Amino acid sequence: MTTALTHTGILTARQLRAFMRMPAYLIMNLIQPIIWLLLFGALFKSVVNIPGFSGGGNYLEFLTPGIVMMMALFGAAWAGTSYIQDMDRGVMDRFLTSPTSRTGMIVANMLYQAVLTLIQTLVVLGVAWLAGARFGGGVVGLLILLLSAVLLTFVFAALSNAIALIARAQTALIGISQVLAFPLMFLSSAIMDTRLSPTWVQNIARFNPFEWAVIAGRDALQSSPDWPAIWAHLGLLTALVVLTTWLATRAFRAYQRSV
Amino acid sequence: MARPSTSLAIEARDLVKTYPAGRGKRRAQALDSVSFEVEAGTIFGLLGPNGAGKSTSVKILSTLSRPDSGGASIAGIDVLRHPERVRKAIGFVAQKAVSDPMDTGRENLVLAGRLQGMPRAAATARAAELLERFSLGDSADRLVKTYSGGMARKLDVTIGLMHSPQVLFLDEPTTGLDPEARADMWAELESMAEAEQMTVLLTTHYLEEADHLASKLAIVDHGRVVVTGTPEELKDGLRGDAVFVELSPETDLDAALRAVSRVSGLSEILVDARTIRGRAAVGAVALPQILGALDDAALGVASATVARPSLDDVYLRYTGHSFRSGRPSLPAASPLAGAQSSGTGNTEKENAA
Repeated sequence: MTTALTHTGILTARQLRAFMRMPAYLIMNLIQPIIWLLLFGALFKSVVNIPGFSGGGNYLEFLTPGIVMMMALFGAAWAGTSYIQDMDRGVMDRFLTSPTSRTGMIVANMLYQAVLTLIQTLVVLGVAWLAGARFGGGVVGLLILLLSAVLLTFVFAALSNAIALIARAQTALIGISQVLAFPLMFLSSAIMDTRLSPTWVQNIARFNPFEWAVIAGRDALQSSPDWPAIWAHLGLLTALVVLTTWLATRAFRAYQRSV
Repeated sequence: MARPSTSLAIEARDLVKTYPAGRGKRRAQALDSVSFEVEAGTIFGLLGPNGAGKSTSVKILSTLSRPDSGGASIAGIDVLRHPERVRKAIGFVAQKAVSDPMDTGRENLVLAGRLQGMPRAAATARAAELLERFSLGDSADRLVKTYSGGMARKLDVTIGLMHSPQVLFLDEPTTGLDPEARADMWAELESMAEAEQMTVLLTTHYLEEADHLASKLAIVDHGRVVVTGTPEELKDGLRGDAVFVELSPETDLDAALRAVSRVSGLSEILVDARTIRGRAAVGAVALPQILGALDDAALGVASATVARPSLDDVYLRYTGHSFRSGRPSLPAASPLAGAQSSGTGNTEKENAA
């Protein structure tokens, strides 16, 4: 157990070092959320005027938690990239022939992605505030939003790692971001109130982990949050994190069968 | 760390491994019953061309991959039953680079040591020691992506050495290096094996490398070990010198073969392009006889060489094909009319064309 924790710590530090050494990547990570937020915000500004829109009178305030979760989802979908890089070199094989904790390897990458999500989320919130959005949830609301984004990141980072280990190719990761992440994003209330969508969209959205995170985060930012709904969605996300982390750890076996 | 000199550091027993070869195709056989033993404290060479099964053997012994059947143990520990214990006893340097290009050399080493359970202070001290010993001290704090090929490969070896493993696997440590970097690496590996008192399993497709570094070696071909022994034993086993005669371009090959085959004491006559090669107990005695026979038949000779047996000859003897060309040499009886001269007659290049 302590071995797994130590390995998680030093492997997370390794990824953060690499991240700090790629200034271009760092800037990309900061610019992207600004573009998403401001362009979406401008494009759909008037949807709040559609009769039946229940997300409040300011679209930017409605959109901000949606953009936070989109950044988390799309960032995490690419988490397996660092595994692919380690496989292309002999780094992965070296780790696997040493006593390196498999769980540590998975969790380190999830934590690294979570750090990226936190940075991006704070940037999104800052930009939204500058653009005039105001949230009533206070510090607790902010922390719950961050927690939702981190749990969502964990789910998809673990999944991305599992797919990287099984498929061993970068193209498979393009697959999940296209085939999985995009539909999940549109089958949710991230950019549009689902009460204005067809019933089937609403039904699917109920089972969409991305939607769980959007609801928990958005609700927490309100001045009078629906706490039972928030805890229920956070609980579902946590259960899913446990499941996908376990799956990813199992995926090492699939990888080792193929080498 | 005194170990009984007779103990086995590596034992591979009848390893078989196949890989899927695509839909509807038979599985590709990577290993076809590979067995060998390595005594503790020695450098053992697995020699063979690409695809012979060297890397597959190393992957199984280092717990990365599992055999279809057969077994193996490292330092007495069963590889299939206790892989997690084996992993503490070994260092693994893959054929591909094992360093992280976005970390410095020192960071790579400290990380590797800590993953092996070394405390931070011990890992830092060991990293500094290895960087000095492998002359990487000046570049220790530069990112590995700025290293030259030779430096990066030396770093790979030091990564494998961090926790002073009992057994170190080096999968083609010098492939892709220029001759200078290769000579440098050989010197480092020799002094390292002495200083660390460890067992090294080295795979290579360079005959010179196996000859130079390995105290014992196994020649692997098509997933099988075809012969095992010390380089000297293998060469002595051939008994006799190799004789090479390159014919001048206009010489009739069949007539030359008939003339040469009448020379007594010359055996294992093979033809490759315009070079006739044979084996004789004493090359210096046989060569004038061969030249005499060709001269009597009025056949022209471009060059003639006598060589002590090399590992290439050993390889040819046991696999039926020359090491460098990887294709079968033609037996002397084959019709070779119209064959073009390959040129130099230099023994190093006799099959390179």
